[in-house]
Amino acid sequence: MAAESLGLWGIPLGILAGTLRGSAPFLFVSLGECLTEKSGKINLGLEGVLLMGAMSAYGVSYLSQDLVGDFWAPWLGVLAAGFSGMALGTIHGWVAQQPRVNDVATGIAMITLGSGLAFFFGKPFIQPQAPQLMTFDWGAWSSSPQVQAALKVSPLFLLGVAIAPLLYAFFRSTRWGLSIRAVGDSPQAARAMGISIFKVRLFSIMAGSFLAGIGGACLSLYYPGVWTERISSGQGLMAVALVIFAQWNPIQCLWASLLFGGAQAIGPTFQSVGIDSYYYLFNAAPYILTLIIMIITCSPQRTLSGSPGALGKSDHT
Amino acid sequence: MPNHRPLRLSRRQIIRSILATTAFGAVTKLNTGCAPSSNSSDTSSANGSGNVAVGFIYVGPKDDFGYNQAHAEGAQAMATVPGVKIIEQASVPETAAVLETMRSMIEIDGATVLFPTSFGYFDPYILELAVEFPDVQFFHAGGLYQEEVHPDNVGSYFGYIDEAQYIAGIVAGHMSQTSKLGFVAAKPIPQVLRNINSFTLGAKSVNPEITTQVIFTGDWALPVKEAEATNSLADQGIDVVTCHVDSPKVVMETAEKRDVFSSGYHANQAPLAPKGYLTGAEWDWASTYTSLGKAFVQGKTLMNGGIDHVLRGGLAEKFCKLSPYGSAVNDAAKADAEAAKAKLLKGGLVIYQGELKDNKGNVILAAGEKYEQQNLALESMDWLIEGVKGNIDG
Repeated sequence: MAAESLGLWGIPLGILAGTLRGSAPFLFVSLGECLTEKSGKINLGLEGVLLMGAMSAYGVSYLSQDLVGDFWAPWLGVLAAGFSGMALGTIHGWVAQQPRVNDVATGIAMITLGSGLAFFFGKPFIQPQAPQLMTFDWGAWSSSPQVQAALKVSPLFLLGVAIAPLLYAFFRSTRWGLSIRAVGDSPQAARAMGISIFKVRLFSIMAGSFLAGIGGACLSLYYPGVWTERISSGQGLMAVALVIFAQWNPIQCLWASLLFGGAQAIGPTFQSVGIDSYYYLFNAAPYILTLIIMIITCSPQRTLSGSPGALGKSDHT
Repeated sequence: MPNHRPLRLSRRQIIRSILATTAFGAVTKLNTGCAPSSNSSDTSSANGSGNVAVGFIYVGPKDDFGYNQAHAEGAQAMATVPGVKIIEQASVPETAAVLETMRSMIEIDGATVLFPTSFGYFDPYILELAVEFPDVQFFHAGGLYQEEVHPDNVGSYFGYIDEAQYIAGIVAGHMSQTSKLGFVAAKPIPQVLRNINSFTLGAKSVNPEITTQVIFTGDWALPVKEAEATNSLADQGIDVVTCHVDSPKVVMETAEKRDVFSSGYHANQAPLAPKGYLTGAEWDWASTYTSLGKAFVQGKTLMNGGIDHVLRGGLAEKFCKLSPYGSAVNDAAKADAEAAKAKLLKGGLVIYQGELKDNKGNVILAAGEKYEQQNLALESMDWLIEGVKGNIDG
């Protein structure tokens, strides 16, 4: 049980481990938002979707453990999280496309709806323990328990890492990807091509919300592995900002998510090795990072490259 | 044919807006998590015997394995006192939202006694409403109350839970093989520092080599940071972790996953860590709240002097208790812990006595001096004792 102290080596290891553990929710939400925004609509409601996903994953995993066993119950939870996210996404996708409806306002309403529903249905799940997702123990080669703990990698994280290049390829070189980009960049042209704008956007928002729901499952079934009302602490909103920083590119979403996941570990890790000044500053690292990135990337002289043309414009179709 | 008819609302639009309004209303209702335990809202007078409406406000959910659960269990005990009716609201943030909650409990539910339980509710929210409603009693859990300075209808109650932490520290000091303990703390406020110091003093009483590494997460409920903090403590070879956050669930579960011992706080978390749970410092609000409830029914108030403005107590007064020892705890640890507990119950043990230095080398207490448990200097503590690794100025 006793382990040797790592000393200053704890900093890189802690940040690496924090990256592997903490970036999955950012990754799923930002990929989902990327898909949504590519179609020209914004979905701020992913914060609500994240909470709803976390709650339904935990709840389903807890309730189904006797039926399907401790191994499959969390996977059912992951599916449930995806579909509950998709249900919220369907509402947003339909409402936000009605005439004279602003998608930002709808998104904020969806945050309230998603978190309200999650808190309401989640009350009975705060106390019990649900079975957790399995992890791949890639650290078995090492004799150090610290390395072993750091290299417990969640399959969901790997799934997210795999989805990023797939989504990139999907946008670049498939017909469906082209349709989504066309709808997002120039709805009129897409309409002329005979693409249904409504259906493409609804599909994008639903699929994006499915991914964000799985992001919620990462929180409640992998790390930190509990359901509480404060579980997301704004990660859903940060992930939306992160898409802008990643310039609507799924591969860059991956890097950005890793950065944000790692940044969460900075404050605790520094304190654990005795660098104990300025911890409020270190704890605020992800937020400061967001601000800096926004300042660097947002210049009044130029529009953001990669921004879908129809994003944020009301369209009278 | 385009038909432009301004100011004409179609039936569909009206139905839509009605639906939207209903949905919004439903959501706000759900979001606040309001749960009045009784619907009758007869406003009884404050001073007579009979029905007293008592409002409890929590910062988080009522079954969080932590701070709020401890208070909610106490509130349920108070509700069994004949003549007391309790009103509860959970998940109220430490913002102007608590002003609205308190106001509606007073004006709509007729509450004449309020227990806004979270630390951050006090200043400015409780103080503001206490001036506005001089007939309503406000009880705050914490050491912020100052006599003469604050209104007469504000009282303060708190337990010397650091007595339980001291004993938990003795157990931790026995069980640690690396002589390194870890403490996940929310904010560097006096109550938290007092727990850290007492835990460390308890551990040092059995093993002078012990150090306690503190990590401040910055807020009361940050699950990801708490898990991250526990992991980085385990990375540094720390083998007993305890905490002072609103819900210790994440810390206990993460410690169990990392195969390190854990010591609980607020409530009993033994089911969360069956292998590593040693013991824990728990609140025991049921007895305090029950006796306060009886006093309210008898018409005693803070203003008429029937209730003291500062209520304090430790293990002996049943303000706090210890979790049952976990299976890992050895007999030597149990014997030392029980001996210290017996001394504390008899009042024969002073936790803070000289010579005591802080972790920067300043002398807090010279040899021969001591701070008795009731000493108010302990409630404005702004130092960490020697042996604690951490810094309170962020």
